Amino acid sequence: MANLKELAARGDKFTGGHRACAGCGATIVARQALLAAGDKPVVATCATGCLEVVSTIYPYTAWDVPFIHSAFENSAATISGVEAAYRSLKRQGTVTEDIRFMAFGGDGGTYDIGLQALSGAMERGHNMLYICYDNQAYMNTGIQRSSATPKGSSTTTSPNGKKIPGKVQFRKNLTEIMAAHGIPYVAQSVVGNWSDFTKKVEKALAKGGPAFIAVLQPCRLGWGYPPELTAEMGRLAVETNFWPLYEVEDGKYKLNYTPKERKPIDEWMFQQERFRHLKRPEHQALIAQIQQDIDARWDHLNKKCSL
Amino acid sequence: MQKIILAKTGNEAMALAMKQVNPDVVAAYPITPATEIVQIFSQYVADGEVKTEFVAVESEHSAMSACIGSAAAGARTMTGTSSQGLALMYEMVYIAAGLRLPIVMANVNRALSAPINIHCDHSDSMGCRDAGWIHIFSENAQEAYDNMIQAMRIAEHRDVRLPVMVTTDGFIISHGMERIDTLPDAEVQGFIGKYDPMMHLLDVKKPFTIGAINLTDYYFEHRRAMVDAQNNALKVIKEVGAEFGQKFDTNYGLIEKYHLDDAEVAIVALGSTCGTAKVVIDQLREKGVKAGLLKIRVFRPFPTEEIVKALENIKTVAVLDRSDSVGGFGGPVFTEVRSALYGSAKKPQIAGYVYGLGGREIDMEQIEKLFMDLKDGKFKADSVSYLGVRE
Repeated sequence: MANLKELAARGDKFTGGHRACAGCGATIVARQALLAAGDKPVVATCATGCLEVVSTIYPYTAWDVPFIHSAFENSAATISGVEAAYRSLKRQGTVTEDIRFMAFGGDGGTYDIGLQALSGAMERGHNMLYICYDNQAYMNTGIQRSSATPKGSSTTTSPNGKKIPGKVQFRKNLTEIMAAHGIPYVAQSVVGNWSDFTKKVEKALAKGGPAFIAVLQPCRLGWGYPPELTAEMGRLAVETNFWPLYEVEDGKYKLNYTPKERKPIDEWMFQQERFRHLKRPEHQALIAQIQQDIDARWDHLNKKCSL
Repeated sequence: MQKIILAKTGNEAMALAMKQVNPDVVAAYPITPATEIVQIFSQYVADGEVKTEFVAVESEHSAMSACIGSAAAGARTMTGTSSQGLALMYEMVYIAAGLRLPIVMANVNRALSAPINIHCDHSDSMGCRDAGWIHIFSENAQEAYDNMIQAMRIAEHRDVRLPVMVTTDGFIISHGMERIDTLPDAEVQGFIGKYDPMMHLLDVKKPFTIGAINLTDYYFEHRRAMVDAQNNALKVIKEVGAEFGQKFDTNYGLIEKYHLDDAEVAIVALGSTCGTAKVVIDQLREKGVKAGLLKIRVFRPFPTEEIVKALENIKTVAVLDRSDSVGGFGGPVFTEVRSALYGSAKKPQIAGYVYGLGGREIDMEQIEKLFMDLKDGKFKADSVSYLGVRE
């Protein structure tokens, strides 16, 4: 696996000059993923969303690899087509390079509207890596709740109001849904741990066949924290067990990191605007419930990893 | 040219054309009455008779998405669908055209829900008429076969680079068996030639971005360029049709005139109804009635000039629409033809007739009565009537 020096020497395939917010985690995901692909040519696609909008404002592009964007819910289906074309043309000898295929989508375009296309592509076994940059809401359209939005989070469609304190439901566990597809490689990673993420991308690409990585991607605008804290927000999500780092390789679960001492969830939540309303004493029970859920999910994951 | 005579349904004919085009990728999802096309094609794939990668996607939305990815990757790409399937593709249909990708789609025309109905009308493809695709209607299985082959050439032409939809009438053509003349595989391959895309995603040494966001500064220009491509297609479709005729003895234009030049009364129609109308016209001509037909083969790009010219000496024209623009002034063919004629000094009296929705039969008696009504002045010009419906 490539070290930092080697990665840095490769040269960016996702370049500067894009229009992302200061402290944007999505662009870190794209840049590190393409770095991890190394010298292997990559064709990439992206769902409609922040990453696409900030990186491809015509006539400019931040992608120094062949790149296609078609719509919101279909980056998995679009790359399926590209990969099918590759298989066909490679078999016919008109394409000779060994090419890798990467699709990116936010949580909205992956957990929600894009779930069908993603599931279909995985079931069909296309040789592709799908990376979900999960910033836990529809950030591009102005911070609306998605099924990845955590309970209690205030968004513009699950606002903190007089009667309802933010999102009522717990978030969907997409990583487990993807693992249930029985594909060769599924993993969770986080912005703020370049080594974990790039290793997982390398592994997924080397593995061949369909692979999926969910990356927790702090969004300074939607979460409400100072831009310089993006990596810190990611790491803290791991230290609180909110976002465990693990992988499922050929069905075998493996925990990649266990915090020495699990930090309480409010340590992570209360640094963010979206949870600020929960600081009020009447919401203590809700915080306790959220903590309980995190602990239960962690225990459940640990059991799977010890099998 | 030694043609091979076969008995084929419309679906079989389209599947055979697809086999002979031998595309690099087909992505499709089953839907009645188009299912057979990809079903038959799947067997060709399973038997190794084509070089195609067949992607059996999980929805029509993904079918068109995968076609977009495939065509952008430089692969010759085809699909087939109908009705609700095309409706589910709708978003991607626009994107395929906007990205200027030469995808060829067989669309078996079928009514749209609700109420659910599996039979023919043109509501599905008419719903996509403004998407930037070229729309070619087929009168029978023979034309479905010939059109599919020509479509690939038209789509890939450097001056066009637009997706093409070839339609047949659901069940009427798709499931009706006919005698058709087919070509040897090598002739089809020779006609369509080798595909050489200008740029594609698998050319990794020349990376480019396709599908970039266009804001107020570029979007309009890119949409305008599509209009130019559609205009170019008018010429290209005729050239390809003429070349097809030269090689295989069947000429194709944008429109077809049947006893039209000296006609006093005429109907304008698309698809299988034209075949029925031709028989009626033959009978009426024997009785001395000067009846004629204007068949619109290519609805997009709309052959305005040719239509205006073809109708300028006719007294009375009925435009038949197998779809309705609900709440509008008649179906899309009527509004378009009438609009085209508006500026013409010599224009016929014109009336619109919506017929055959959801597969409602249109028979020879109805068409004959329509001609006689036109002849006897039993119609209201510039009006819309519903033919064959219980009211």
